[in-house]
Amino acid sequence: MSALRLEAVRKSFGEHEVLRGIDLELDDHEVVCLIGASGSGKSTLLRCINLLEPLNAGRIFLGREEITRRGVDVNAVRRRIGIVFQAFNLFPHMTVLRNVTLAPRDVLKLSRAKAEARALELLARFGLEDRRDEYPDRLSGGQQQRVAIVRALAMRPELMLLDEVTSALDPELVAEVLNVIRELAEGGMTMLIATHEMGFARDIASRVCFLDDGLILEQGLPHEILTNPKQPRTQQFLERIIEAGRL
Amino acid sequence: MAGEGDRRSDPEVERRSRLLGGLHFEGEGARGVAIALLSTAVFVAVVIVAVTQSAGWPEVKRTFFDWGDISSSFPDIARAFVLNVKIFLVCEVFVLVFALVIAVLRSLPGPVFFPLRALAVIYSDLARGVPTILVIALLGFGAPALQLTGVPRSRVFWAGVGLILVYSGYVAEVYRAGIESVHPSQEAAARSLGLSRFEALRRVILPQAIRRVIPPLLNDFIGLQKDTALVGTLGVVEAFNQSQIDSAATFTYGAYLAAAVLFVAITIPLARLTDWLIARDRQKRQAAGGFA
Repeated sequence: MSALRLEAVRKSFGEHEVLRGIDLELDDHEVVCLIGASGSGKSTLLRCINLLEPLNAGRIFLGREEITRRGVDVNAVRRRIGIVFQAFNLFPHMTVLRNVTLAPRDVLKLSRAKAEARALELLARFGLEDRRDEYPDRLSGGQQQRVAIVRALAMRPELMLLDEVTSALDPELVAEVLNVIRELAEGGMTMLIATHEMGFARDIASRVCFLDDGLILEQGLPHEILTNPKQPRTQQFLERIIEAGRL
Repeated sequence: MAGEGDRRSDPEVERRSRLLGGLHFEGEGARGVAIALLSTAVFVAVVIVAVTQSAGWPEVKRTFFDWGDISSSFPDIARAFVLNVKIFLVCEVFVLVFALVIAVLRSLPGPVFFPLRALAVIYSDLARGVPTILVIALLGFGAPALQLTGVPRSRVFWAGVGLILVYSGYVAEVYRAGIESVHPSQEAAARSLGLSRFEALRRVILPQAIRRVIPPLLNDFIGLQKDTALVGTLGVVEAFNQSQIDSAATFTYGAYLAAAVLFVAITIPLARLTDWLIARDRQKRQAAGGFA
């Protein structure tokens, strides 16, 4: 069964159409990487799936349920989807532990003890247990982003959306975050990942989609897309990436 | 890169101060203090001489600065001042809650909430636009005259309502500035975890917003504390009215000075408390720096 299915998704901001009819399907445990230039619509697509942006047209299914239907409980949908942002977006007035336990306690109504046990287990798994009482601004970017991933995982989502999660990091901190994602992929987490890290996409993606001007222009196995793209636009994009030394 | 530059500049400063010689550097500091003290002393002396040499000084000294007047009226005024403090404390609680409701209404998004937003805007404009003394007079004299059943007729009560209405207008604007200063990505992060709009506001937006506006909020506290004196215009005996009474009995103004001292005794500690809270908050959460 598919974990996520998008049908002809369209999204405009004013006059500008950012998504121009996206069809996409993710199977359970699949890891799909979205690549493409800035402004190609990757972030918007992820925000639409999480219902942070309303669609102009099209439908989105999470499992069997259409989440774009009228009257859907958006909070209930978002509980099932974890999203991690480029800029971490941790809550600066809360400790690491409180960041992670906030939604499990407020939304899932877990007891404090239960939520903290779950949070500490996740923090320990990603080497962050000694940071539990720190405030986010005391952490490195890599640590902050790992906490943000843990915060999303604490809701036990069926699907994770990662929006260029390493783009705001210093180069030496990228690996620690990518390793966390790799571990999630190995654990069978279904993920849709917008990324500029082509090497990483090649390593962990079961499929790579090239997004160009609001359309999925080409998709397939990572080595097909990244080494032998068929579309001239994809070839151009990858040439620029190679010039920049990112592949 | 900028951070690296900053780190480099520290040893640079140390090196220079070593070259200049520790003693000489400290000498500059001590000289600075001496200059500040001297210029202050000269300034104060000029003011004192100017005032005491003025033609009207003997009369002013007799009517304002008679120690006997000030000390004899002080107990009465201090007793009346308790009412000012009570009005202030009760009103402040209502202002903080009511203004928050107004500010939240004003920040509701979407066309559905347009009427509520409009109402909040009109309210803020009116509350800040009409002079406080007029609001107090209108409510204090008008509302009891309606003789509505089940509604208090006390002038103090209605004056308090007036102060709450006026100050909520200001404080709502302060809250709103705070709410708008929290980056939208914070709300996105909260909502993406499944928090409702209300929960996101309560747990994520407002705690950050309020923390940022504590100094201007305390400023409005100070303003409210001072404006409790306006209740005296309704004939209620609070500190200002009591000092008017005392002043009328002695034909001197020392009683006003006594009242002023009482107000300052509350507002200055409030101002220092504000500074202390800001400093403590900064120390607690910005120890590593970088968080705006």
